[in-house]
Amino acid sequence: MSPIFLNAFVYLLCAVIAVPVAKRLGLSSVLGYLVAGMAIGQYGLGLVGEEGESVMHFAEFGVVMMLFLIGLELQPSLLWRMRFPILGLGGGQVALTTGAIFGAGLALGLDWQVALATGLALALSSTAIVLQSLQEKGLTGTTGGKSAFSVLLFQDIAVIPILATFPLLATLAPAASDDHGHGGGSAFQDWLSHQPGWVNTLLVLGAVVAIIVAGRFIARPALRMVAKTRVREAFVALALLLVVGIALLMNSLGVSAALGTFLAGVVLADSEYRHELEADIEPFKGLLLGVFFISVGASIDFALIASQPSLVAGIVFGLIILKAVVLFVLGAVWKLKLDQRFLFAFSLAQGSEFAFVLFGFGVAEGVFSIELSQVLIASIALSMALTPLVMIFDEKVVRKRFGTKESIDRESDVVDEGAPVILAGVGRFGNFVARALRSQGIEATVIDNDSDHIDMLRNIGMKAFYGDATRHDLLESAGADHARLLIIALDGEENINQLIETARKHFPHLQIITRAMSMSHHLELIENKVDFAVHQNSASALEIAENAMTRLGLRAHKANRSIKAFARRERERAQSLAAIRSDETVFMNTVRQHIDEMERQFKLDHQNQSKEADKAWETEPIRKSVASGEFSRKR
Amino acid sequence: MADNTLILFAHPALEKSMANRALVEGVSDLDNVRVHDLYEMYPDFHIDVEAEQALLSDHDRIVWHHPFYWYSTPAILKEWFDQVLQFGWAYGDGGNALSGKIAKSVVTTGGAADAYTPEGYNRYSMQEFLRPIEQTASLCGMVYDSPLVFHQALNWTDDDRQKAIDAYRAWLLEPR
Repeated sequence: MSPIFLNAFVYLLCAVIAVPVAKRLGLSSVLGYLVAGMAIGQYGLGLVGEEGESVMHFAEFGVVMMLFLIGLELQPSLLWRMRFPILGLGGGQVALTTGAIFGAGLALGLDWQVALATGLALALSSTAIVLQSLQEKGLTGTTGGKSAFSVLLFQDIAVIPILATFPLLATLAPAASDDHGHGGGSAFQDWLSHQPGWVNTLLVLGAVVAIIVAGRFIARPALRMVAKTRVREAFVALALLLVVGIALLMNSLGVSAALGTFLAGVVLADSEYRHELEADIEPFKGLLLGVFFISVGASIDFALIASQPSLVAGIVFGLIILKAVVLFVLGAVWKLKLDQRFLFAFSLAQGSEFAFVLFGFGVAEGVFSIELSQVLIASIALSMALTPLVMIFDEKVVRKRFGTKESIDRESDVVDEGAPVILAGVGRFGNFVARALRSQGIEATVIDNDSDHIDMLRNIGMKAFYGDATRHDLLESAGADHARLLIIALDGEENINQLIETARKHFPHLQIITRAMSMSHHLELIENKVDFAVHQNSASALEIAENAMTRLGLRAHKANRSIKAFARRERERAQSLAAIRSDETVFMNTVRQHIDEMERQFKLDHQNQSKEADKAWETEPIRKSVASGEFSRKR
Repeated sequence: MADNTLILFAHPALEKSMANRALVEGVSDLDNVRVHDLYEMYPDFHIDVEAEQALLSDHDRIVWHHPFYWYSTPAILKEWFDQVLQFGWAYGDGGNALSGKIAKSVVTTGGAADAYTPEGYNRYSMQEFLRPIEQTASLCGMVYDSPLVFHQALNWTDDDRQKAIDAYRAWLLEPR
C-alpha cells in the first residue's frame, strides 16, 4: 500500500506547488505540471522511477475524460456544422504533415515503411496540452482555437486507421513484448489480432453504433433513475461508470477510448443531465490531466537526450517548425486572419500522447526499432513540454509584432482622433456600454482581443481594434492621446489593474472608469483613486432585489426608494472601507462594524422607520400635532 | 461682508437654457455664494435629505432659483420641499432649524411682465403665483424676501442678460 500512497503524495504535492508557482509567474498550469514532472523524475530528484510510465498510462484517462466533457459541450447539430473544418483542416493537416515527414525520413535514408509510420505517428498533436492551454488562456472560442479543435478531433478519429495500417508497414520481426499501451493481451485481443482487417473495422463501427444507441436508450433512463434517488455519489459513480465502460470497450477493440467517450458525450449533450455530468467528471479530469502532464515531464529520458543531444534537438525543433509551417499554410488556405493563423500554427506544433501508444504498438508489430522509437518518444515528450513556451512566444512576440499590426494597418487610413472614449473590452458587458453611449451619439473606439467581436463592430461602422488593451502602443493607435475617457470593461482583476497602470503611465490625462470584479477589487480601485469604479454585479443585484420587493407587495416607489437608499449607503461604506483597507485588523473590525450596522439598518427598515427612505411621508407626528390643535389655531 | 447664500438651482435641461446658464455663471464666482445644482446632484430624484439639511443649516440665506414651469417650480424642487423640509426639523413640534433665515425666489419666465396682470393672459401676478413658496418659507419661520423675477428670458438681448446678472449680483452682495 505505502508505495501507492507515497506516489500519490508526491504527485499531489507536485500539483499543489507547481500550479500556484506557474500562475504567479503568469505561465500556464500545463507548463508548471511538466516542469514539476521533470523535477521529480529519474533525472531530477528521482522521486518517481520506472513506474512513471504506468502512471502515465493510468493518467491518460484524464484525456479520455476531457474528450467526454468536450463531447458534452457539442450538440450533434453543432458537430455537423463543423464537418468542413474537421475534414478539411484536420484531413489536410494529417495528410500534409505525414507527407512532409515521410519525405524528410526518406531523405535521411529511412525505409519508406518506417518513414511513413513515423510520419503518421508524428502528425498527431497533443489534445490534452493544446485544449488545456487554450482553455486557460480563454482562446477556445476564437477562430484559431476552434480550428485547432477541429484538427484535434480529426486526429482522434485518424488514430483508428493508423493503428490498423501499422501491421502492414512491418519490416522487422514483431517484438516479443505485447506492450500495446492498452491493458495487456486478453484472449479476446489475441483472437482479434488474428482476424482480417475488415472484421476489426466492422467491430469498431459496431461499437460506435452501440455507443450512440446505448447513450440514447440506456444511459438516459439510467441517469434519470439514479438522479431520482437523490444520492449524489450514486450519480457520480454512474457518470464515472459510463466513461470507464466506454473506455474499456474501445480499448478492447484496440481503438482510442477518447474517441468513444467523445461520442458518448455528444450523444448526451442535449440531455437534461449534461451540466450535472460535467460538474461531476470535471474534478477527476482536472486531477488526472495534471498527473498526466507530470508523468510526461517525468518520463523525459534525459540520459538518452544527453547521449545524442544534436539528434534530439534536430528532431524536436525540426518537428515543431515543420508542423507549424504546414499549419500556417493550411490556415492561409482556410483564410484565417494572421493572428488566428499564428495561434493555430503554434498551438498544434507538437507531438501527441497518442504517439506514445503508436510507437509502443509499432515496436511490438516490428515497424520501428527500439532505438528509433526511444529517440522519437523522447523528442515528442520534449516537444510537448515546449508547447507552453512556444505559445508564450506566439503570444508575446509573434502576435505582438504581426498579429495586431495587420488590424492596425488595415485601419490606419481611417484612424481619426475625434473619439472621446476608448472602450477596452467589448464582450457581453462592454457591448452594453458601447450601445448606451451610442444612443447619445457618443463614439467609442473599441479594443478587444477577439477578432470576431472586432469584425462585427466594424461591420456596423464602429472603430474597433484587435489586440491586448494593456499595451500602450495599441492604446496610442486607438487615439489615447486625444481621448478623454478610458472605460475598462475587461475581464479579470489582473488585466484591469494592468491596464490602469499602463494608462496612468503613458496617458495621465485619461479619466478612468472601470468595472470591479469583486468587493475587494472594488475597494482596491477606490484606494487606487480611479475616477469611477463600480462592482460588476451591483446594478443587476439591486434590480433583482427591487423587483422582488414589489412582487412581495411593496409599493413600487417605496421599493425603488429603499433600493436607492441602500445603494447610497453601500457606496459610502465602500469609500470608508477603502480608506482603511491597508490596515488588516482595523479593516476586519470595520467590516464587522458595518455588518452590525447593516443588521441594525435591517431592523430599522423592518420597523418602517428608515429615515432616509420615507421620513418625509411619516404622518404619525403630524397627526398628533393636528389633534393637539397646533395647525388650526390662529397665528 | 454679506451673509452666506445657498442657491438651490433647478433646471432639468440646462444645456438648452441660455438665460439661466448665464445667470448661474454670472454669480457663481462670488465668495459668499454656493450654487447647488439639484438636477446635477440628483439625476434620479433621490435626494440626500441629511446632506441637504446640513447645507441649509450652514447658510444664512436660501435662494430657490428656477424657471417658471406651469406656474410653479420644476419637479425636483417640489420633491426637495417634500423631502427636506420635514416635520420636526423645519416646522411643527421642535422644527426650528430654519427659523430666522432669509428666503428668496429667483425665477425666469418666458412671458412678458404684462402677462402677469389681471388683464394679461396669465391673469394673476407673480406674487400670487409664488404664494405657496412664500407660505412654505413662512411656516418654517423664514423671512421671505421679495422675489426677483426675470421676464421674457427666452428673448433676451445681450443687454437684457447683463442687466439681469447685475441685478442678481447686487442682491447677493447686499449686506443683510
